[in-house]
Amino acid sequence: MSKLKSGAEAIVDVIAQQGVEYIFGLPGGAAIPIFDALVDSPVKLILTRHEQGATHMADGYARATGKPAVVLVTSGPGATNTITGILTAQMDSIPMVVITGQQTTWNLGLDAFQEADVSGISYPVVKHSYLIKNPHDIPRIVREAFYICQTGRPGPVLIDVPKDISSAMIEPNYDEEFHLPGYSIPHEIDKDDLMAAATLIEKAKQPVLLVGHGAVISGAEKAVTYLAEKMHIPVSNTLLGKGCFPESHPLSLGMLGMHGTAYANKAVDAADLVVSIGSRWDDRIVGNIEKFCVNAKKIHIDIDPSEFNKTVTMDVTVLGDAKAVVEALTAVMQPGNTKDWLRQVERWKKAFPLKYKKTGRLVAQHVLDEFRRQVQDEGIFTTDVGQHQMWAAQYCLTEKRFHWITSGGAGTMGFGFPAAIGAQLAHPDKPVIAVVGDGGFQMTLCELSTAVISRLPIKILIINNNFLGMVRQWQSLFYGNRLSGVDLEGNPDFVKLAEAYGAKGLRIRRAADVKRVVSAALAYNDGPIVIDAMVSKEDNVFPMIPAGASMGEMILEPPKVAMEKPVGST
Amino acid sequence: MNQNPGTSLTGIQNFRSPKSFSRKQVVIERKHRKHTLSLYVANKPGVLIRIALVFARRGYNIDSLVVSEGKDPDFSTMNIVASGDEKVLDQILNQLNKLVDVVTAHDRTEDDIIQHELAMFKIRCSGDNRMQVLQLAHALNCEITDITETTVIFQASGTSEKLDSLESVLDPYNIIELVRTGKVLMAKGEELTSF
Ligand SMILES: Cc1ncc(C[n+]2csc(CCOP(=O)(O)OP(=O)(O)O)c2C)c(N)n1
Repeated sequence: MSKLKSGAEAIVDVIAQQGVEYIFGLPGGAAIPIFDALVDSPVKLILTRHEQGATHMADGYARATGKPAVVLVTSGPGATNTITGILTAQMDSIPMVVITGQQTTWNLGLDAFQEADVSGISYPVVKHSYLIKNPHDIPRIVREAFYICQTGRPGPVLIDVPKDISSAMIEPNYDEEFHLPGYSIPHEIDKDDLMAAATLIEKAKQPVLLVGHGAVISGAEKAVTYLAEKMHIPVSNTLLGKGCFPESHPLSLGMLGMHGTAYANKAVDAADLVVSIGSRWDDRIVGNIEKFCVNAKKIHIDIDPSEFNKTVTMDVTVLGDAKAVVEALTAVMQPGNTKDWLRQVERWKKAFPLKYKKTGRLVAQHVLDEFRRQVQDEGIFTTDVGQHQMWAAQYCLTEKRFHWITSGGAGTMGFGFPAAIGAQLAHPDKPVIAVVGDGGFQMTLCELSTAVISRLPIKILIINNNFLGMVRQWQSLFYGNRLSGVDLEGNPDFVKLAEAYGAKGLRIRRAADVKRVVSAALAYNDGPIVIDAMVSKEDNVFPMIPAGASMGEMILEPPKVAMEKPVGST
Repeated sequence: MNQNPGTSLTGIQNFRSPKSFSRKQVVIERKHRKHTLSLYVANKPGVLIRIALVFARRGYNIDSLVVSEGKDPDFSTMNIVASGDEKVLDQILNQLNKLVDVVTAHDRTEDDIIQHELAMFKIRCSGDNRMQVLQLAHALNCEITDITETTVIFQASGTSEKLDSLESVLDPYNIIELVRTGKVLMAKGEELTSF
């Protein structure tokens, strides 16, 4: 017989047994028993300044390691503050366990202090959620949560724990078997589907591989590289697929989609076969469904069957783990002849390179390029959401898994900096660069305290254009430059702000200073450093395919004439 | 019928207020294909909401829904009739199957299985048409379950299509209330309905 423990101790025991290093959170009445149990636990608590920050830190940790991360908050507002972070994790398939304190079971539904139907609120944004009503279920449910969040297509799982449940004394059984009859993970690859895919790939004259986050999650880097090299197929990646296939590889086309490279978009548009490996044909890639790759056959490899034919209709679908499917596929195929195609792709690469000027006014691309050059392949880049995110995606080439962390599906401003805290905790010895906008950084900058206390040497690169830049870009291109709600006048002095938090601050004003300031920032490792890069205010991100438009409507430079408002997507 | 997915749970009892019960709407619905789904789900609080949310998010109306505890009390059987686009329904089924608490979800529309539903009609009939109404009930094999000076309640059961036509036949009379249980299903012979 095991000894009596509180429900809270059992929760923390399971978390420790799962090999979790850090819990990110902030306490409150309903969560005190669980915070109390943490005092005697090997699991380290990272006290955040806001619950949203806790979720993004956990998310960043998970993205930097592939391992599930844990958030712990209190009931009511503490729990609702995590919803944005849970949505962010759900949209990008991130393994995360969110534990929320709750009022006592007898007060549920009575509008008692800080009582909210948190599991109910969570339903649309989680992989699964629990409300524990019986303390004896604790060990099983917490273990189930870890299992569910990281298997199949990963995602966040929420566990709502009433205070009387976490305070109850139980005899925990940590080995109880659990049965999840409604939860299955595809194991066997369908032979017919596999052969159908192989035939299409072998026959293709102008194929493109499209690697998405699913390929990254499954650890398919080697498998995909081998497939591309054996079959001589160029590879494009989605925003979240960065890190699966080295972007410096001669076969790489870099990122495609709304702000992808012109050559990636041209190649996908002209392809006779597009093979998605764990990419869900998101509207940022597809644009206009009617005009998307009309002449191409399409194959979709995914572990989540609900993604098949969701938006774009497929010719062949193969259900299974990306790595396993790609390995099986490569094994049965003979290389076809794609020489002419690769030559064409090369011509596009030469004709339409990404470019910017290193002289004159300071531009974001220059600073990002310099950071990437100095940290080489080892830097972990996290980003916020906006123009700087797209420039970072274009210029900070990603060579390896876990080195690119960005909020794609949800596009959550405020994500980049806390995610960098999670990534830096996971990789204390790697340079971690949080690329943020002056807008988004202000949504979660209170976490500077968190970073300072743990002396995390994060480089917080603010691409400061004094605007909500991406929205300004849309207003300037599609709304006759009628700027509305985008001017960030009243921004703080970010260098002084950093200093007020006990962090270091540097500023870049001129193109000529970029190299020197970047190397100074990278040399400073006593804690977080803010680099305020005061860039040209009204630069726009190109190439751009307007939302809902087709590849043919891609614009490579500022248009001379007014453009129509995008339809079909936001 | 209820066109607002956000309030589609009123469809659980398949309640139709006399006001919304018009012939025109029936015609519109017939154009919209009805699908009969069979689900086997964990018998837990919140399961119904999770399932309803999948329909609501895609703007799919639940026309009727019957939930009952299965032979194993840890599970429930759910029969849902919902109308809308085929392709959307395929995705809804995939998303239902993705829910951890849903063991299976199938479209049984095309299958030759036993389907049954019960309906009750309350008709106001005093005076002249009373005899006519009672005769009609008899001719249509309806059971008379309640009778007062001014009202009659009929009860009928059978396939949903049969009840639909019964509804149209009774429409000219003064139906003041109508309740249908929603469709229940069972596969024939050895086959299990939910697998
Ligand atoms: C939480 C949240 N609110 C609003 C938006 C809409 N949005 C997308 S990009 C953007 C502008 C971001 O501005 P900034 O952080 O300064 O970055 P920049 O685009 O200038 O690089 C906004 C408001 C969002 N993505 N997330």
